[in-house]
Parts: sequence; C-alpha cells; structure tokens
Amino acid sequence: MPASYFDVDGTLVRTNLVHPTLWYLVNQATPLKSLGKIARAALQAPAMALAEFRDRRTFNELLFSSYQGISRDRLLVLADECFESVIKPALWPHARALIERSRANGDVVLISGALDFLMDRLAAHLGATHVIANRLEIKDGYCTGRLLRPVVAGPEKARLIREHARAGGHDLNDCFAYSDSYSDVPMLSVVGHPAAVNPDARLRWLAEAYHWPVLSLDGGKEAPAIRA
Amino acid sequence: MTHPLVVTLDRKSAPRTIFSGDKLVEVDMPPGTRVIYPRKPLAGLADVDAAIRYALNHPYGSDPLHARLRPGMKVTIAIDDISLPLPPMKQPDVRERVLTIVLEQLADHGVEDVHLIIATSVHRRMTGDEIRWVVGDRIFNGYYPEKLYNHDAEDAENMVEIGTTDRGEIVEINRRAAESDLVIYVNLNLVPMDGGHKSVTVGLCGYKSLRAHHEPHTMRDCHSYMDPKTSALARSVDRMGKLLQEKIPVFTIETTVNNRMFDRPLEFLHKNEDDLTGTEKFALKALTATLARVPQAARQAIFQKVPSPYGVTGVFAGATEAVHEHTLAKCYEQYSVPVIGQADILVTGIPYISPYNVNSFLNPLLVQVMAQGYLFNLYRGVPLVKKGGTLIFTHPCTDMFDKEHHAPYIEFVHNLLPETRDAMELHRRFEAKFAKNPAYIQMYRTGHAYHPAHPFFMWYWGEAGRQWLGRVIVVGADNEYIPKLFGWETARTMQDALDLAKEGFVGTPEITMLHAPPILMADVTP
Repeated sequence: MPASYFDVDGTLVRTNLVHPTLWYLVNQATPLKSLGKIARAALQAPAMALAEFRDRRTFNELLFSSYQGISRDRLLVLADECFESVIKPALWPHARALIERSRANGDVVLISGALDFLMDRLAAHLGATHVIANRLEIKDGYCTGRLLRPVVAGPEKARLIREHARAGGHDLNDCFAYSDSYSDVPMLSVVGHPAAVNPDARLRWLAEAYHWPVLSLDGGKEAPAIRA
Repeated sequence: MTHPLVVTLDRKSAPRTIFSGDKLVEVDMPPGTRVIYPRKPLAGLADVDAAIRYALNHPYGSDPLHARLRPGMKVTIAIDDISLPLPPMKQPDVRERVLTIVLEQLADHGVEDVHLIIATSVHRRMTGDEIRWVVGDRIFNGYYPEKLYNHDAEDAENMVEIGTTDRGEIVEINRRAAESDLVIYVNLNLVPMDGGHKSVTVGLCGYKSLRAHHEPHTMRDCHSYMDPKTSALARSVDRMGKLLQEKIPVFTIETTVNNRMFDRPLEFLHKNEDDLTGTEKFALKALTATLARVPQAARQAIFQKVPSPYGVTGVFAGATEAVHEHTLAKCYEQYSVPVIGQADILVTGIPYISPYNVNSFLNPLLVQVMAQGYLFNLYRGVPLVKKGGTLIFTHPCTDMFDKEHHAPYIEFVHNLLPETRDAMELHRRFEAKFAKNPAYIQMYRTGHAYHPAHPFFMWYWGEAGRQWLGRVIVVGADNEYIPKLFGWETARTMQDALDLAKEGFVGTPEITMLHAPPILMADVTP
C-alpha cells in the first residue's frame, strides 16, 4: 500500500508556522507576559526573515525559541483552542476531500515543521494516520526554546519520509507527496508521485518543468461549490 | 459509378493541400490517387427558434414537452459540453436557443426547481467563460454557478447507482438527475457516434459505468464508431440507457449542424484544389505560407479563436431512440460519401483540433486518437483501407501537452507507454490504479484537467485502427521519439512515405486520400 505525505502549512491550511506561535504568545498568563514575549519575537523578526530566505531549519529554530519558558501544561491546555481558532478555520476548502481520497489508497502522513501537539489534532480532524512534526524540548515541565532532533524542515523531510516508508514497508515509487513550497522539493523528489498544491512561483515553475501535477485546494472562483 | 466527390487525380492535377496540425502542407499525390471530398454544407434552417418550438410540440414517441410539465416538479437539464461542435460554433450556440425556449416553457408551467448540468462525464470542467459562450449571457447570469454547473463524476455523494444490465454493466449517474421528475437532455450532434442513449448514460455517469464499455475489448468490436449498428460501444451504451430510462424519465432534444466548419475567408478549404478560382488559389498559398512562418501560439489563435458558422440543419425532440433515428439520418445526409473499393494506402492530414483539446494544444496522444481513432473510423460498411493496409498521415507529433487540461496524459505517455503499447496490458496492469490517483482526481474536480482514466480511454479509442492497420507512417514529425513510442514509422516527405509503403508491395497499390476536415464519412462497399 502506498503512503501519502502531506506538508501542512500552505498546503492543507492557509496559515503558516507563525500564526499558531503568535496565538500562543498573545494568550500568555498575563498581558504583560504576552507583551514581553511578542517584543522578544519582534526583535528576532529580521533574523527570522533572513533565515526564511536562506535556511528553513534555522527559521524554525528561531521561531520556536519564542516558546521558551511556557509550561508544557499551558501548551497542551490551550492546544484545542489554538487548533479550533487558528488552524481549523484556515483549512483549504478541498483539503479534506484530498486526504479522504488518499486515505482510501493507504496511509496518510502529515509531515510538518509545525508542533506535534497541534498536528496530532489536525490529523485526528482530517483522518490522517501518522504525524511527523517538530517537538519542543521540555525540561522540568517548561519549554527550553529548543527543538528536539531531528528538526523537521527542508531536506530533512526527505530523509524522514524515506525512514517512514522503509519502516512501513511502502515502496517510495508508489508513494505520493504534496507541498506548496519550493523548500520541499527534496521531499517531493523522493516519491514516485509528487504534486504541487497551491504552489509558490518557484515550485510551480519546477513542477511544470517536470510535469508534476499542480493542483489547487483553495476553492478558487471556478472551483465547484462544496455541497453539504 | 464513382461519386462526384471521389476524385481521381491525373498528371495535370494540382497538389493537394491538407492539414498537418495547425499548418497546411501541399502534397503531390501520384496519378490514380482517389481523393474523397466532403459534401457541401446542407442548408441551415431558416428559422431555428420556430423549428425548436415545433420539435418540442411535435415530439417523436413522447407527449409534447409542455404536457409533461407540472407545477412544483423537479427538472434537470443536461447539456452537451464544449467537446462539441468542433470548433465551437458562432453565438448564439444552438444549445442557448434550445435552452431559452425550454426554460420559458418550464417557467410558464410553474416549474421552478431547475438545475442545468454540463454533461462532462470525465472530460475536463468547462470554465465559466466557456459555459457562458454555450448558454449565453442571460441564462449564465441567471443560473451560474448554483444552478448551472459541471457534472462531477468523482463526487461520490452526488452519484447514484441505478442498476446493472444483464451483461453486468453498472449504470451510475448524477444524483440530481436521478432524483428528478424529468431529465431534459439538450444535445448538439456533430457526428453519428454522439447522442442517443450516450447523452445521459455517458454524459452524466462516472468511471464505474465507463469501465463497462471504454475498454479495449469493446473498442476492438466496433466497425465503426460512426455506425451504431456495428458498434459494440453503442450497443453497450444502449443497454445501459434502456435500463436507465426504466427508472428515470428523459425527454431528449437533439440538434444537428451542417459541416460549415470554416467561415467565408477559409471556405475554399472545402474544395477540390483543381476547382479553386484564381483568388482562392492565391488565398490558399498565402494562408499556407503564413501558417508556415508564424509561431505556434499565433497559428493556434488563428484557428481556435475563430468560431465556426455552422448552420442548424435539424431539431428533433421526444423519446431518445425515436429522436436519434432522425438525427442519424440527418448526420449521414451531411457526411456520407459513397466509395467503391478499399485502398491499400490511406492518406490523410491530421488537423489541430479534436473533441478533447478545445482551447488547448493537440498533444501526441490526441494525434493518435485522431489518426487511428476518429479518422480511421469515418466509415460505414468496411474500412476505407484494407486489413493490414497502411495509413499515412501528416502531423508534427510535437511532444507538447497542456499542463493543466492534459496533466494525466503526460504521465501516461512518458511513463506508461514506454512500458507497453498493448491496450489490453495497459488496461489490466495500470488503469485501475492510475484512475484513482488523488492528485489527478483533484485536478479534475477543482481544476480543468481530464480525469486520470481519460488517457487510457484515448489509447483504447485507437484500438480498432491499431488492430486493423498494418503500418502507420507519419510525414513531417518534428521528433522521432513520439512516433516510435506509438509504433509509427516516419518519413520526411509524402513521396518518401509512399515509397516506404510500397516496399514489398506487388503491383500498383490503390491510394486513397481522405480530404478532411471538414468532416465527411465514407460509405464503403468492397
């Protein structure tokens, strides 16, 4: 049975890693704490912008350092609300249909730089079978601001997919992968059936050059209405 | 006696000008070559709207449409998609005229629950602009998109199984149509393989139903697609249609058009080259030279942006089978040319358009459909070419595809055909899995791509021709890869191709040229 590997941010949801992080920073125990966290994150913004352009992994590490000092309990207690208010409303209109069709073919794996406890909720909501996502390092019940290894980003996603496929007995030639971003070309390149979803300009160019399917889940103006 | 449209060339005959994709090429054919020309366009109806009203009020095998309506009923109108006619017709499209009058009658009888569905089956979804072109501004603005939309064969919740024939053919159609008190089908019948039970049974069905007949065994048993009496495909569709109509009331409206494919400036493309006036000869030379020099996109625009001035030749309404008899008679009246004797070598040009590339490029798989599928099948009786004979056609066979419309075709041609050309093997080993590819299905459902099963169907479409023909030789291919992949030989010129075809041939081969488009079909007696 083939597996289908889905990037999440931009591919299945219109949000990116920053949106849930901001939500957590805004929803701190006191407004003062929130202000402090946001101010610190703002100071890192130029470095993050540069990292986003050059190295996805560094961007993730900088972004998730904002979680330093937040308790594990708080993360998990607020996770349902964060999912309901940030991620679920941002799902592309046709994401569920694609996941359901992929599920009929075999395993569906969400592979994302987002945080695991949020991706677990998304997987349960969409019916995905596995999650490969970033995990925050927790010490004495509090986030250290670091990510556990391996950091899920860029080329590392390709290695993780290979590992997952080997463990699950999936032939990569039969597997599918979906992403919106040029930074995921390595992940798309390891499977037999890559597809670009709502792609950025560079990925669209590459997908067209290699005849990869380019599809849209955003329910554009000519997409059919979703019937109840 | 030879029909006047079957012309035998002599030493003084002018070169023939035939299509090679979106170019025209002059070819010198040897004396003795028979060239079959299309009939002149039949006269169009003087008052199309009156003919539509008359047909609705005097239907075949059914009460008039108005007598079948009652207030509060649920009606679905299904409409042929953009694959017909070719090229698209000048506005108003005859479907707009029929719909306007039908919708008036529905409104007059208090029928308000009306949906209009473009019966795309597994063809690509039409864009809003394309739908607007077919139905006109008034209907488009009044119904699109909530009550005027494309059929979606992969919307599982909105497909419903009606039953199974005694041959195991599953009849599954669009739920809205299945649950309607009346389905009205508005057809535009370009060729004899269109219309009849195919309209609802195929136009509104899904892959489950198509698998019953769009498969290589059935295709091999069609002699030809254009003659329903000898087509296993038509027989299968008829069985399914009869079952469907036991459960769902259908009122069929079929329309026929003449073969006026080219508007006045290009009308000479209909004619025997020896009968062209001086002005027409000059225009033909100028057009040929222009097309040879302008870029591909401009050539595509020259032909595809200019709609055809088809005249409406018939409007028939009522019970599907009774209506279709009249439609077929009108089609044959327009297209049929009697031909005596089969050829050893059949020569034709492949144009720039097929039912599956309206507003996009005729990719190599569709070239195959045109050559071994449609043009080979433009006959009744026996094929124009003898069993084991040679087909020579002109086309560049450019390895180019529309990346959206024909996305699944690309993988089919470049990944599957190199594995095997055998339609049976492709059907057995690859079709079911490929047809479920979620990415391609998503492109079909929310983009404008053909369904992933479609490239298989296109290959099967050439199956009868592939089984019958001994050799296929392409003149003017711009690459060797595609012809070789498809099992074709190549030649630089028509003379080279004829020399190749004559190799090992004892005596003088009978050479016949099919001078199409415009569309014609040969009634061949051996």
